[in-house]
Amino acid sequence: MIAPATGLETPAVARWQDYLALTKPRVMSLVVFTALTGLVCAGAPMNPLLAGAAILCIAVGAGGSGALNMGYEGKLDALMRRTRSRPVAAGRVQRADALGLGVVLSLFSVGLMAMAVNLLAAGLLAFTIFFYGVVYTLWLKRRTPQNIVIGGLAGALPPAIGWAAASGTAPANAWLLVAIIFFWTPPHFWALSLTTSDDYARAGVPMLPVVKGEAFTRRRILAYSVIVAPLGVLPAFTGLGGLAYLVASCAAGAAFLFLAVRLASLRPGEAAMMTRARRLFAFSIFYLFLLFAVLLAEHLLCLRPLRLSL
Amino acid sequence: MSDPNNESTAAARARRGRNVALAIILFAFVAIVFVVTIVKLGGYVGAPH
Repeated sequence: MIAPATGLETPAVARWQDYLALTKPRVMSLVVFTALTGLVCAGAPMNPLLAGAAILCIAVGAGGSGALNMGYEGKLDALMRRTRSRPVAAGRVQRADALGLGVVLSLFSVGLMAMAVNLLAAGLLAFTIFFYGVVYTLWLKRRTPQNIVIGGLAGALPPAIGWAAASGTAPANAWLLVAIIFFWTPPHFWALSLTTSDDYARAGVPMLPVVKGEAFTRRRILAYSVIVAPLGVLPAFTGLGGLAYLVASCAAGAAFLFLAVRLASLRPGEAAMMTRARRLFAFSIFYLFLLFAVLLAEHLLCLRPLRLSL
Repeated sequence: MSDPNNESTAAARARRGRNVALAIILFAFVAIVFVVTIVKLGGYVGAPH
């Protein structure tokens, strides 16, 4: 529990807040939000207490995979400015404690999901934790510049878990929500990695800007933006979203594309690159939040008078 | 210079905080399992065999 002496005046003592930080609460909040949207969009009658238990399981599972990630990545995190104050990287929590917490939270969340909700939701949750905690963290992250493309599946699955928790099924509309997050992830993370590529290079993580350069990354961001903008509109034509969703997704998708084009159109080495990358990164968070918030509001308030079909 | 007494006080405070947090989590887990069990069994109580 107490890390070896660091020579600092303040001893590196693990507080409960450090263990909370291991669960990546900010990531968890996005996971909970998208899972809740999937659960509500399923439109299946569900006891509110069991719905709460399902969301709690998803949150705890996400926390468990976050703790596994931080446990494995302590040395790597210590090399990067963005992550060096994390509990394991800073030496406040031992690696084994973080991994232990990750395993316990993962087992409890999957076990409770199976007991309280259903096996499909539990299976999808177990797969998500395994994919993030093991496949992404141990295998993809340090091996390929496609790490966050493939690994993004873990962050994309929560709407399907929520949907499965409510209805016991995972139909095409659930996977459409998964696809939106999946294709949103690369432009989101690559915009961030453009601003921190020196950190990734120092740590030896083969992020796309490190391996292929800034210009290539900016073109790839644009390519994925061209996919995600129309994909984000699609739920309005599959019975999932209504008029409000159609308007919001069209407007936000156009803004997403505009920012991606502005970033991609820069010449190599132009000073505006960092600003435009940060702007796209910030907007991408707003974009995903807006799409899921409108879907959630439409389903909760029954605001879907317009039925469109392709 | 760090004072060993202060250091142990800080460590003790941190340990106490962790223990309280763990107690709350364990209690919450027991409560959740209890509530889930009641909800799941609720539909069967009074049902004909």
